[in-house]
Amino acid sequence: MLQIPLWNRLFIILVILAGLSFAFPNFFYERVERHNDAVAEMEREGLETEELLAEEALWPGALPATLVNLGLDLRGGAHLLAEVRVEDVYVARMDALWPEVRDALREVRDTVGTIRRIDADPGLLQVRISQPEGMSAALEAVRALGQPVVSLTGGIGESTLDVSGSGDVLTVRLSDAEAAATNDRTMQQSIEIVRRRVDEAGTREPTIQRQGADRILIQVPGIGSAQELKDLIGTTARLTFHPVVGRAATADEDVESRQIVLPSIDPDDAGTFYILEETPVVSGDDLVDSQPSFDQQSGLPVVTFRFNPSGARAFGEYTAANVGAPFAIVLDGEVISAPVIRQAITGGAGQISGNFTVESSTELAILLRAGALPAEMTFLEERTIGPELGADSIEAGQIAAMVAFAAVLLFMILAYGTFGVFASIALVLNVGLIFGVLSLIGATLTLPGIAGIVLTIGMAVDANVLVFERIREELKTAKGPARAIELGYERALSAIIDANITTFIIATILFVLGSGPVRGFSVTLGIGIVTSVFTAIYVTRLLIVFWFERRRPKKIEV
Amino acid sequence: MRLRLVPQETNFDFFKYAKVTFGASCLAMVASIAIWLMVGLNFGIDFLGGTTIRTDATVEVDVADYRAALEDLDLGDVVISRVFDPNFDEDQYVVTVRIQAQEGVEAVTPETIEAIETALLANVDSEMTFPSVESVGPKVSGELIQTAIIAVLASLGAILVYIWLRFEWQFSVGAVAALIHDVILTIGVFSLFQIRFDLATIAALLTIVGYSINDTVVIFDRLRENLIKYKQRALRDVMNLSANETLSRTLMTSGTTALALIALLVLGGDVIRGFVFAILWGVIVGTYSSIYVAKNVVLMLGVKRDWSKPSDGGGASGTQFANIDA
Repeated sequence: MLQIPLWNRLFIILVILAGLSFAFPNFFYERVERHNDAVAEMEREGLETEELLAEEALWPGALPATLVNLGLDLRGGAHLLAEVRVEDVYVARMDALWPEVRDALREVRDTVGTIRRIDADPGLLQVRISQPEGMSAALEAVRALGQPVVSLTGGIGESTLDVSGSGDVLTVRLSDAEAAATNDRTMQQSIEIVRRRVDEAGTREPTIQRQGADRILIQVPGIGSAQELKDLIGTTARLTFHPVVGRAATADEDVESRQIVLPSIDPDDAGTFYILEETPVVSGDDLVDSQPSFDQQSGLPVVTFRFNPSGARAFGEYTAANVGAPFAIVLDGEVISAPVIRQAITGGAGQISGNFTVESSTELAILLRAGALPAEMTFLEERTIGPELGADSIEAGQIAAMVAFAAVLLFMILAYGTFGVFASIALVLNVGLIFGVLSLIGATLTLPGIAGIVLTIGMAVDANVLVFERIREELKTAKGPARAIELGYERALSAIIDANITTFIIATILFVLGSGPVRGFSVTLGIGIVTSVFTAIYVTRLLIVFWFERRRPKKIEV
Repeated sequence: MRLRLVPQETNFDFFKYAKVTFGASCLAMVASIAIWLMVGLNFGIDFLGGTTIRTDATVEVDVADYRAALEDLDLGDVVISRVFDPNFDEDQYVVTVRIQAQEGVEAVTPETIEAIETALLANVDSEMTFPSVESVGPKVSGELIQTAIIAVLASLGAILVYIWLRFEWQFSVGAVAALIHDVILTIGVFSLFQIRFDLATIAALLTIVGYSINDTVVIFDRLRENLIKYKQRALRDVMNLSANETLSRTLMTSGTTALALIALLVLGGDVIRGFVFAILWGVIVGTYSSIYVAKNVVLMLGVKRDWSKPSDGGGASGTQFANIDA
């Protein structure tokens, strides 16, 4: 007969309560959002101001504070799709390699003769040697410059360089494995820079993700326009090394021409300003690498860096001539530190010691590596959505959803009477569950996503309709209403499953292939399918069983 | 008193006018393709590349003013369309301006957008605002077309396979024929009324595919059940019986879905109107096609009658999952 085990009932009720409790904060969207922001900020900054505590108190901490993220089309903001010209890096690498190749070939001058770099396609380094018969020696010398590729995916042991010779021309290029590894690094670096730039602006929840081989998707809610976002990203992080002229107390200190006053961000040095020569000795353009490390004597965290040959030469000459004088390391117009030169730094490598912790040295190393964008970016797609348009869309969507809801409820109750009421309750719970799941997984609600929910409102009753129609049919033949209800559920199940699996397949395809708003639609559609099957099979059934156990009707009308 | 969309017992012969309905379907498909080829779809920038600017003015719109303001900028093809919506304020006049992808430019030029905004502010309405600006480069739009086509084909393929596994191959051919019918008719309507066809429309198309298959599967499911029950009756009769038995459900579900969609169409704002229209249209043709197209195709192909034993040879794969009630 009509029976659901107790633990099953409890489980169903528990799922509903959990879903609703995650959905419920969305009713107080603004308050909960401010609460969440305050909590996040206090955690990040590690300090509690009165203001933040007041914001935090807007929502009781004991309650769930899960919210549905609003997509760009609902909140307003900017969307950019940038393509990183990864080949730019090959060119830079080849240019940096040329002095080494030159030196290597000069050592075997007796066999290869004189050498000359000739114009070549971007990303290639071509050298003409005057004695073609010495090509094999030349190849060997240049190949020795290659190093094993370091990457997680690339072939182990493969050389970074692909060196070939034809006639009297020797061609060097990055090997495929190295090119792939370089691309990965370039992309990571670019994303890191973009993220840092965007975070700097302090906007909420930006989305910055790699897309495909060489693209970056950037979505920033709340920003005025795509142009603003591009300006933000376009500013390059510039690292420069300047001679220090003196210190100043204020930023408006009078200085001679070609001198600048910059603030210090070293906490030990807070409030001081440095007067610097405007022309840097070396700039971050000449930096090839930077790593967090530890000072060999003191054991304190430091950041090491390495210059390319021209940077190394300039830096070496300057430090040799200025031992004992301070120089300033400047990042984006702020002095990170101003150490005193203890000895000439000729090898092109050095270290920056300051008041670092392990984290801050790691961060600075990343910043230095990420200093300037490694390659140029072109913007393939840009979208700006004003906040008013988003707000209008939310409002319109809400009204439409309410009306749709009311219409469907009325329709169901008119058609199925008491059973229609059960289906209606299930439908309300269903929408609650959709929001609960969306909030729990932190999914993003977009305008098509709202359409997906409205569509689900229409379609969610389908499973109930299938069951109710089946019960009607079974009532004609079955013995007693309890049996008819049971058979109705049993026999409608295969149709419900088949119909929903096919729709779910579609939602999955949309999710995999779609992007942006379309993906938002597929998420709500997919979740809606799962929750509607759950509510139709379990929740309505439970309601009917409760009702049936109380009333024990001899006859039912569906 | 209950609301009944159909009488309790129906006995329609859905094949009585099979030639007419099936012929009409074929004709509609041919007409759709013809319109599509002749008029073409009104592609949005997602597929065409270019820029759309939404303008929000406080003065009555005269499209000619907009055109005149932009004439000097030499932008190539400019499409200016007025947007209407019951949600707008009384003195709110919204227009979308669509500019084709500028020649020889992969990335989007902010200068062009700024020039357009300046020209409109100076010549049409100084209080105009620009709630949204969207640009898509031709490189991306090409890829989007490709992805869209893959998405539609992949979903058709996935459904073909799923129905084949759960039913028989004739059923999956019938179901996919119905889906193709729905998709083509939708494309036809979009061409005929020149509704903007963009990425969201593709999502709508796939939703139609999902909805229509839902409907078809429910009838097929009943058909399979009845084929086991009535081994001796003619296939045509069993089909009619199945369609009649599920008719009430078909109309109820289509009815509630259509109700919800109409609410969204009228009240949901103009931004997603095309999207919602596509789905609503799909619900209507999807309901029609599951009754009149999918079954006809299965009838034409014929179907295995004895479902109690696993079929032999090549047909084996058709039923091995059929008894799984997940």
